[in-house]
Amino acid sequence: MPVPQVVVDVVLKPEISDPQGQAVLGALGRLGHPGVRSVRQGKHFVLEVDGDPDEAELREIAETLLANPVIEDVELRLAND
Amino acid sequence: MRIGVITFPGSLDDVDAARAVRLAGGEPVTLWHADDDLRDVDAVVLPGGFSYGDYLRAGAIAARAPLMRSVVDRAHQGLPVLGICNGFQVLCEAGLLPGALTRNSHLHFRNRDQGLRVERADTTWTSSYTSGQQIVVPVKNGEGRYVAADPELDRLEGEGRVVVRYVGGNPNGSSRDIAGVTSADGRVVGLMPHPEHAVEDLTGPSVDGLGFFTSVLAAAVAA
Repeated sequence: MPVPQVVVDVVLKPEISDPQGQAVLGALGRLGHPGVRSVRQGKHFVLEVDGDPDEAELREIAETLLANPVIEDVELRLAND
Repeated sequence: MRIGVITFPGSLDDVDAARAVRLAGGEPVTLWHADDDLRDVDAVVLPGGFSYGDYLRAGAIAARAPLMRSVVDRAHQGLPVLGICNGFQVLCEAGLLPGALTRNSHLHFRNRDQGLRVERADTTWTSSYTSGQQIVVPVKNGEGRYVAADPELDRLEGEGRVVVRYVGGNPNGSSRDIAGVTSADGRVVGLMPHPEHAVEDLTGPSVDGLGFFTSVLAAAVAA
């Protein structure tokens, strides 16, 4: 039995500028990839949980600690259904 | 007046903050993040540094430390709280102040003496200044860019919640040159620059920072 994994992705809201993503975009241009129009950098969390994942609890974890809802959007999914 | 200074793992400026409290005439009280007792302090300073290595987000883990639950509860009852740099980030993460602090727009750590304009001289922490007064204190941060959604910024400006604004250049790309904000009741204030590093001629660019610490003492006398 695999341990249930929950994946949480956090990215800055579209209206918040992302200088790290812009720096990556600049590097891509210099490396000869002018076709990449935009880069947004975020965070990717993998949580392993005991027993059946409690989606409400995991959503609370994601929205109150892993992401700051003032500036970030968060997406949560079960990895090994 | 007893002013608590909280030390988190990774705090750097707690000793300077305590020294500034003492120079202003207050009694600094050492507080530890993992305790839950505020030791009967009359006000709290959250110092600068890199609490918990700034892992996850600057100030995010410190904002959930045991003692911060007491700070949040007491702040809602009127306890004066000042957050400096990392302390400001903690206050935003704890929900005591609006907005958030993010990576500087130029991606560099910025360390210099910084001009500020005091926009609000009627908060618990800025009453020693006059409205519009310009001061110089050090600024040093890598994640000091103050952001919030535009409607939120409009609301904060409308409510007069901007306490200090950068002048002579914006060191980190903060929205609307905002260097510090206050709670609606004027008792919780956070700012990225470091007034505790500008309290003595020997070590600071000025003694302009002392006013933050004398202000809270004056507020206690008046109360």
